[in-house]
Amino acid sequence: MAVSTAEIEGVRPYARRRLRGARLLGLALFSPAVLYIVALVGLPFALAFLYSVGNVTVGSVGYRFVGLENFRSVLQSPAFRRALLNSFVFTICTQVIVIVCANVLALALRERFRGRGLVRFLILLPWVAPISLGAIGWKWILDSLYSVINWTLARMHLVNLFDPPMWLGEPALAMASVILVHAWRMIPFSTVILLAGLTSIPREIPEAAAVDGAGFWRTHFEITLPMMRPIINVAVLFGVIFTFTDMTVVYILTRGGPYDSTQVLPSLAFFTGVLGSDLAEGAAISVFLVPILVVVAALMLRIAYRAEVT
Amino acid sequence: MAGPRKSLLTRAGRPLVVAGFAVLLAFPFYWMAITTFKQTSDLYNLQNNPFVFNAKPTLEHLELLLHQTLFLRWFWNTTIAGAAVVAITLLLSVPAAYALARLTGRWGQRLGIGIFLTYLIPPTLLFIPMARVVTRLGLQDTLWAIIVTYPTFTVPFSIWLLMGFFKAIPRDLEEAALVDGLTRLGAFVRLVIPISVSGILTVVIFSFTLVTQEFVYALTFISSAEHQTVGVGVPIYLVRGDVYYWGSLMAACLITSLPIAVVYNLFLDRFIAGFTVGAVK
Repeated sequence: MAVSTAEIEGVRPYARRRLRGARLLGLALFSPAVLYIVALVGLPFALAFLYSVGNVTVGSVGYRFVGLENFRSVLQSPAFRRALLNSFVFTICTQVIVIVCANVLALALRERFRGRGLVRFLILLPWVAPISLGAIGWKWILDSLYSVINWTLARMHLVNLFDPPMWLGEPALAMASVILVHAWRMIPFSTVILLAGLTSIPREIPEAAAVDGAGFWRTHFEITLPMMRPIINVAVLFGVIFTFTDMTVVYILTRGGPYDSTQVLPSLAFFTGVLGSDLAEGAAISVFLVPILVVVAALMLRIAYRAEVT
Repeated sequence: MAGPRKSLLTRAGRPLVVAGFAVLLAFPFYWMAITTFKQTSDLYNLQNNPFVFNAKPTLEHLELLLHQTLFLRWFWNTTIAGAAVVAITLLLSVPAAYALARLTGRWGQRLGIGIFLTYLIPPTLLFIPMARVVTRLGLQDTLWAIIVTYPTFTVPFSIWLLMGFFKAIPRDLEEAALVDGLTRLGAFVRLVIPISVSGILTVVIFSFTLVTQEFVYALTFISSAEHQTVGVGVPIYLVRGDVYYWGSLMAACLITSLPIAVVYNLFLDRFIAGFTVGAVK
C-alpha cells in the first residue's frame, strides 16, 4: 500500500475524499487495458491448457475431457521428441554464440569513434528488419544452386561447385543454418542491451584497476564482467524467450525439414494444430513451452525486484 | 581514455572486430540490394562473380514487384493495420500506465511488472486458441483479426515503457496543477500527456515496428493473399509453386526493412530502457 492508515486518518476529510477519488480514477484508467489483456491473453492462455486435455478439432463443436491422452500421443511421436530436443539445442547454441559475440561487440563499440552511428545502424539491421524477410534473405544466400557461400568456398577450392553442400537440405547443415540465422538475428539485440550495461558502469572503477596495474583482460574478467552480471542475465532471458518460442526462422528456412530434422516445438505446433487441424495435439505441443516461460518469468521477476529494492 | 597502458591487441582489435561484425550482420541486406538490381541472366549464371554487377543494373525486378504482385496491397494492409494497432495501443496503455505509475501506489508497480510479464507469453503458445477466438468473433481472413489481436503484445510492453516515462515526471508539477484547480484527469490530459510526447512517440514507433515484424498470427488467421501483411505476403505468396523470384523477393525485403530500420534506430535507446527491466540505472 502506498499510504499508511495513519496517513489516511491524519489528513483532512477533503484530502481523504481526494485520495478516494484518485483511487477510482486509477481504476477507471487501467481497467480497460487489464480487461483487454484478460480477454485476449488470459482467456486464450487458459484455453490452450483446456484444449491440451480435451478432444477438439477444427470441425467439431463439442468438447470432451480426455485427460493426458494428447500428451501421451504427442510424447510417443518421434517428430515431437525431435522437436523438443531441437528447441533446447537451438536455444542453447544460439544463446552461447550470441552472448560471446555480443560481449565482444559491445566492448568494441563502447568508445566513441568516427562512423559509430553508421556502424550501429548496420549492426542493428538484423534485429530491426522483420525476421520473416531477413530469413528469406538467408534462404537465398543458402540457396541449393546459387548460394553465394558455396561460390566463395568453391573459389577457395574448399568445395566442388558441381556437388556443393546443401545448407538447408542436409539435417546437420540445416540445423547449423537455423542456429546461425537465429544468432544473426539476436546478436544486435543483446549487444545493445549489454552496451547499455557497459555505459552505466562508472568509468573510474576500471580506470582505477588499470592504474593499480591490472591489464585489460584482468580488468574485464574480474571487474567489468561481474558488474555486468544483471544486465547479461536480462539479455540472456529475453534471448531465450525470443529463440525458444520462435517458429519464423525454421518455417521459412526449412519448414522443419528435411524429414522433421529441424522441427521445433512452435513450428510443430503450427503444423499439427493449424495446418493439420488437430487443435488438441497442437495445443498440447505448445503447452510444453510453458515451463520455460515460467522459469524465465521467475528469474525476470527477481531481477526486477532487486532493481526495485536497491 | 581508460588505462595508461593499453594492450596492442585491443587497439588494433577494435576496428577489426567492429568492421567484421558490421559486414557479417549487414551482409544479407547488401545481398538483397545487389540481387534487386541484377539482371536475371546475371543472377543465375554460376560463372559470374556474384558480389558485383556483371551486366548493367536493371529495374525489371522492382517493376515486376510493384506492378504484377500484391506487394503494394500488402504494404497498404500493413500500414492500415499498424495505424489501427497503434491507436488501440495508445488508448489502452497511456491511461493504464499513468494509473499504475501514479495513482495506485506500490502495488501499481507490482501490477505493472505483472502486465510486463504477459509480454513474455508468445504468439506461438496462444495461436491455436486465438484462432478459435478470432473465428468466433467472425474476423478470420480479415485485417480485423490482426487489429484485434496484435495489441496483445504491443499493450503490455507499452504500459511498461510508459510507466517509466510517467514516473520520471516530477510529482510537484502535477500537485501544482491540482492546486491551480485542475482535476486529476484534467492534469493528466492537459499537463502530463503534452510533456510525455516523446514517450508516447516511442510507443507509437515500437508498436508499429512490432506489427511489421509479426509473422505467426498473420500466417494463422489470414488465408487469402490479398488480406496479408508484408511480413507474411512476401515470403509466402511471392513464391509461385516452387519458383522463387529472387530479384523481386529481395526487392520487397529491402524496401520494407530499410524504412523500419531507420525509424527504429532513432528511438533505440528508449526501447532498450524498457528491456533492461531496471537492471541498469
